[in-house]
Amino acid sequence: MPEENTPEEMEVTVESNEAPGATQAPKAPPTKVNARDVNVYYADNHALKDITIEIPENRVTSFIGPSGCGKSSFLRCINRMNDTIDICRVEGKIEIDSADIYDRSIDVVQLRAKVGMVFQKPNPFPKSIYDNIAYGPRIHGMVAGKTDTDELVEASLKRAGLWEEVKDRLAQPGTSLSGGQQQRLCIARAIAVSPQVILMDEPCSALDPIATARIEELIDELRQNFTIVIVTHSMQQAARVSQKTAFFHLGELVEQGNTELIFTNPVDKRTQDYITGRFG
Amino acid sequence: MTDTPANDVAARAEDRSAALVRKRYRAERRFRMYGLAAIMAALGMLTVLLFSIVSSGLPAFTTTQVALNLTFDAGDIDPDGSTDPAKLASGNYRGALLKSLRAEFPGAETRKGRRDAINMISNEVTFVMRDMVLADPSIIGTTQRVWVKSSADIDQLAKGSIDRALPESDRRVNNRQLGWFEKLEREDRVKTTFNTTFFTTADSREPEQAGILGAVVGSALTLLITLLLSFPVGVMSAVYLEEFAPKNRWTDVIEVNINNLAAVPSIVFGLLGLAVFLNFFALPRSAPVVGGMVLALMTLPTIIIASRAALKAVPPSIREAALGMGASRLQTVTHHVLPLAMPGILTGTIIGMAQALGETAPLLMIGMVAFIVDIPQSFTDPATVLPVQVFLWADAPERAFVERTSAAIMVLLTFLIMMNLFAVLLRKKFERRW
Repeated sequence: MPEENTPEEMEVTVESNEAPGATQAPKAPPTKVNARDVNVYYADNHALKDITIEIPENRVTSFIGPSGCGKSSFLRCINRMNDTIDICRVEGKIEIDSADIYDRSIDVVQLRAKVGMVFQKPNPFPKSIYDNIAYGPRIHGMVAGKTDTDELVEASLKRAGLWEEVKDRLAQPGTSLSGGQQQRLCIARAIAVSPQVILMDEPCSALDPIATARIEELIDELRQNFTIVIVTHSMQQAARVSQKTAFFHLGELVEQGNTELIFTNPVDKRTQDYITGRFG
Repeated sequence: MTDTPANDVAARAEDRSAALVRKRYRAERRFRMYGLAAIMAALGMLTVLLFSIVSSGLPAFTTTQVALNLTFDAGDIDPDGSTDPAKLASGNYRGALLKSLRAEFPGAETRKGRRDAINMISNEVTFVMRDMVLADPSIIGTTQRVWVKSSADIDQLAKGSIDRALPESDRRVNNRQLGWFEKLEREDRVKTTFNTTFFTTADSREPEQAGILGAVVGSALTLLITLLLSFPVGVMSAVYLEEFAPKNRWTDVIEVNINNLAAVPSIVFGLLGLAVFLNFFALPRSAPVVGGMVLALMTLPTIIIASRAALKAVPPSIREAALGMGASRLQTVTHHVLPLAMPGILTGTIIGMAQALGETAPLLMIGMVAFIVDIPQSFTDPATVLPVQVFLWADAPERAFVERTSAAIMVLLTFLIMMNLFAVLLRKKFERRW
């Protein structure tokens, strides 16, 4: 690990040591997503094995682990994006607010409105910035009329910290923005439908450090109102933004717990090897 | 220094690598030459083809007219002197014309001479005379100088396609006609005009009255049916196969079959149309509606394959983004994927349509090869299409049809080039990079 990074990371660690400590001490946050013995198969490949995890409300939970360990697969189970893959089979139980999302009575479209997602590569629709944000609220009938939509678009862009940069060019295509702006646009698009949970699949892996820092700040702000689950390859990022961390390895959930505990005092040998950079 | 074995080895290695570099450069230059030669050959052949078509087709766009003194004899046209239009329309204009020709051409009194004189001019002249009389009955009894269309043989003579030096027995125009024509030329009573007939009429046995419009309208009606049938069906199939169908053995079988269908010889589709549409469903023969249906069958695979390729080219991240927003699969397709794929789909469709426009064989099977002198008015009227018109004229023995064949090919090529150009422009305008 480069030396100049260490002090900064130390600071962040100290910070996050205080913040969750302060809130957690009085009462532990309620569980938002509760996964029990989740198994995922791609045809004959057993990709995830008996994953059991509780994701706390209004916290940032990060999934870390080497490539191909199944953390993204698990993330995509939470809003059933895996349904779109023919050969994928999910077993077990995932509950959001105690309701099983794989139950027959659950409408997957409504589930995805409740559980938003931000992808690895910024993927704005090739439409205007305005239409990018307005699309979700429109198809879910959350807005009626122009003023309503205008307000929601403005509010969403403000919450994503993008309003000042784009307010004069809302009619321009979303793809004309820079990479970091595009990713914030995607976050604004996700929060426009007021989801309860936001899943982020390596949201910063295609961005430069400055854009990454802005997204991380944003994640920290959004945690007030949303439950956030983030998959990341960067352990510093996990340490910086999350309060809870889960380490995946070869389809197993090896260790989970408070972020500072995982990073300072991992129990499992594999976790220790991974976070000290010995593999992965 | 250089004699030491180590230096020797190093020098040789350097030589070898220099030789390798030279060899690589040579190979690259050679390869570029081959490519250039191939392109030049292709362009050369295209030029020869276009030149031969244009050079033999251009004369068809002009026609020869001769000025005749036509006597509108009252005894032939209006024996009763009633000036009743119904009676005028059925007057003996041929008699009046023959009298005029006798006055115009010395030697036209004999039966053979009369035939020669009649063959100098287009047989539409009697109708021209009738129309003149109906428009203005006061010309009855007068003699008028009228520019009339010459016959196809005289037209060829004027254009120089018939060699005047040939012996009479080898010439389509005999000495008497040649003499008359040369007299007209001397009197400055021959002129060349733009051949509007070619663009305003349908086929005819007489080359000077034959036109392309009937075939153009027939092609347009046929292609409209083809488009209306194959576009929606093709796009729906492609969308279903690409976006909704599970990937299993059945969809594999369907895919293989669609690809095979694209390679089926078109005449087989013609036979299918004959057996099913004409014999089983008893639809009208020679009609654009049946031709359109047959061509739609033929174009479907092209459109399906092009549409699937266009849908595949839409990045999956767009689908994920829409699904992640809580759009249903149908909304994902109709709001995002299909609009993004549309330029590609339209390009494929236009190219399929251009293919259908040039298709001849299947239409022969369903009777669109008939000789049709009327411009089709509806989808069920007998009609022919441009390539079949080319085929028909190429078969005709008259010299004048040779240039009309090439001219028809030029019209067909113009339509094809326009369609392909439109496809290219569409692709350029909506091309999107991710």
